Amino acid sequence: MDLNYSPGEVAFRDEVRTWIRESLPEDIRDKVLNYRELTKEDLLGWHRRLATKGWVAPFWPVEWGGTNWTVVQRYIFEEECETAGCPPIVAFGVRMCAPVLLRFGTPEQKQRFLPRIYDGDDFWVQGYSEPGAGSDLASLKTRAVRDGDHYVVTGQKIWTTLGHYGDWIFCLVRTDATREKRQEGISFLLIDMKSPGITVRPIVLMDQGHEVNEVFFDDVRVPAANLVHEEGKGWTVAKYLLGYERMGTGRIALSKRELVRVKTLAARTRVNGGTLLDDPRFRDRITRVEVELMALEITNLRFLDQLRRGDRPPGAEVSMLKIRGTEIQQAITEMMMQTAGPFAHPYRAVDATAAFDTFTASLTGRYMNLRKATIYAGSNEIQRNIIAKATLGL
Amino acid sequence: MDFEYSEEQRLLSETIRRFLATGYNFDARAKIVASPAGHSDDVWAALAEMGVLSVPFGSEHGGFGGTTIDMMVVMEALGEALVVEPYLATVGLGGQFIARAGTKAQQDAILPGLIQGKTKMAFAHTERGARYDLAHVTTRARAAGDGFTLDGEKCVVLHGGAADLLVVSARTDGGDTDARGITLFLVPRNARGLTVTQARGVDAHRVAEVRLSGVTVGRDAVIGAEGQGLPVIEGVVDYATVLVCAEAVGAIKYAHDATLDYLKTRRQFGVPIGTFQALQHRMVDILISYEQARSIATLACVKIDSGDDVERRRIVSAAKIKIADAARHVSQEAVQLHGGMGMTEELKISHTFRRLTMIAQMFGDADHHLARFAASK
Repeated sequence: MDLNYSPGEVAFRDEVRTWIRESLPEDIRDKVLNYRELTKEDLLGWHRRLATKGWVAPFWPVEWGGTNWTVVQRYIFEEECETAGCPPIVAFGVRMCAPVLLRFGTPEQKQRFLPRIYDGDDFWVQGYSEPGAGSDLASLKTRAVRDGDHYVVTGQKIWTTLGHYGDWIFCLVRTDATREKRQEGISFLLIDMKSPGITVRPIVLMDQGHEVNEVFFDDVRVPAANLVHEEGKGWTVAKYLLGYERMGTGRIALSKRELVRVKTLAARTRVNGGTLLDDPRFRDRITRVEVELMALEITNLRFLDQLRRGDRPPGAEVSMLKIRGTEIQQAITEMMMQTAGPFAHPYRAVDATAAFDTFTASLTGRYMNLRKATIYAGSNEIQRNIIAKATLGL
Repeated sequence: MDFEYSEEQRLLSETIRRFLATGYNFDARAKIVASPAGHSDDVWAALAEMGVLSVPFGSEHGGFGGTTIDMMVVMEALGEALVVEPYLATVGLGGQFIARAGTKAQQDAILPGLIQGKTKMAFAHTERGARYDLAHVTTRARAAGDGFTLDGEKCVVLHGGAADLLVVSARTDGGDTDARGITLFLVPRNARGLTVTQARGVDAHRVAEVRLSGVTVGRDAVIGAEGQGLPVIEGVVDYATVLVCAEAVGAIKYAHDATLDYLKTRRQFGVPIGTFQALQHRMVDILISYEQARSIATLACVKIDSGDDVERRRIVSAAKIKIADAARHVSQEAVQLHGGMGMTEELKISHTFRRLTMIAQMFGDADHHLARFAASK
């Protein structure tokens, strides 16, 4: 039992910290730390800097660009990135599509797609959910009918995060509607979003931001060579990918940064002759979240340590990190909004008045936006179902 | 970084658990609790025999020289079996004062016997009205002849009745709640003027009221520097706090395992009740509380050995907040999911509930530590 970084790990941390300080553009950092929207170019620009450095996909196999870091090094890297205000590495390519290709892809598929994912040439998005298939993902209806050496895809995906930036979309489609077990008729397809017949429509959320989309497929022709794994084996691929999807959702390092932020905001907020941070009611709420986060950080490291020892893909334990991690994210954004008090109300300037504070307004937006965290990537209720079954054997 | 117990720690854990599985099952424990002493000298001798009493003490006194993580291994096992012997009082409190602040003569006189199971100890400190304020000491020690005369009353002294030796805090100087002026004294259980009345705690641990009226001790009874007792007390109480956090992890693990087992075996409406989603999700939340409790206790056990006082206070309070919350959550849910059976004396789960409830409140409840956490920066 040793929770301290070794001298080598400390040196690694310093190396990462120095590199980020020298490489992260100030305007991008300001956008991240002030909750402003990042463009596709912002995201890909940072991705490419990391790719040039060789750090964009640490956990990939070395021959494809992985860094062969230990779990502790990966954790240090993630923490340094979040603390400094780096943009997120968009997960759909590096953390979701790529592990699937590495596990199930043909040599040709790997050769064709992995380097482009690594270099940030293609922006990938995810086509899983459908209007009638949310938590019950296996009831998806988007059809793919074989026609020579193509599949013809018809149907609709929904909640496609950053679909409007997408160059490619990986999709779960139904290739056989006759199977009694619904999971058995599903396949995993890679689809070029420039293909004729694809329409992307924005969905505006309650924070009035455009982040998610509907994607419509109308007789879209997809080469059969873009099928990953065997036809009808898409569910196996889907489940494998979900483990990786959830691994990133705890966002513990981000919450550590944001917890410092909420304390700073509360310390600046005057109430009853003191500050909000000194108010015992508010302070105790922050402390409980801080303590929960301290524990979750150790829980995360314990699980990573177990993964390393067992050398296996993430299992039900990541569901636990997802549940508690997203609860913490929501608690922090809620407290942040509360620091604004009555000024949580003004949201968008109508007249160009100097008094309007876009940063304070963004706290309300973030509170609303983060309600998504307990819903996406498998709602927290679905995560509890997974743990009940896989870990507890219920 | 490394999050596994060492080979040595696993061995220690197995040794204790193997003994407890046979020598301290639920029926054996019930008999011990009902006995006049409220603890078993045979069990105590066995703990000594296995070296469990020696874990934190230096090898110069026959100790194992263990870390707080080694103690976590012990406390988890004792927590799972709900052991009621005065382990915390002797090894985690009384003996700590000698090991940390005692003279070489005091250490040589006491620690070998303690490690061999011949001497039990207790810490007589809390007074009526003090609540969790460690500086609240009204018991007085007046210089008299070649020593001191002690007068005052102590309450809720953990295992005060079983102790052969008491560590008593008393004021040699200052006002009732001053940080300075508190001195620690070693008082034998059979000292003249010392009366001990016992009560059985709700968790079956014994607690005592200790009255000192004109108890005289020599100068050699002073532990540490005169009037400088408070920092020592804070250090030892923080250590004991971390130990009960580790004990709670063991008790929470039992509550988790027993409840999960019950969900799989208890049938209603023709099916095991564990098939109901309303109960599954609550069981998952018990599991998360358990993992989080283990993480924070581990963190505290590691950090308390690292030295820095401010950091120590912060981490100990963080641990106690989380453990108090988790203890309450898991114990309440475990009873609820057991239904009426969870309420009964007959099941170990209700005894686990009682111990966890007391641990949540021992050495400061969550509210106390929330305030202390905020103050330590």
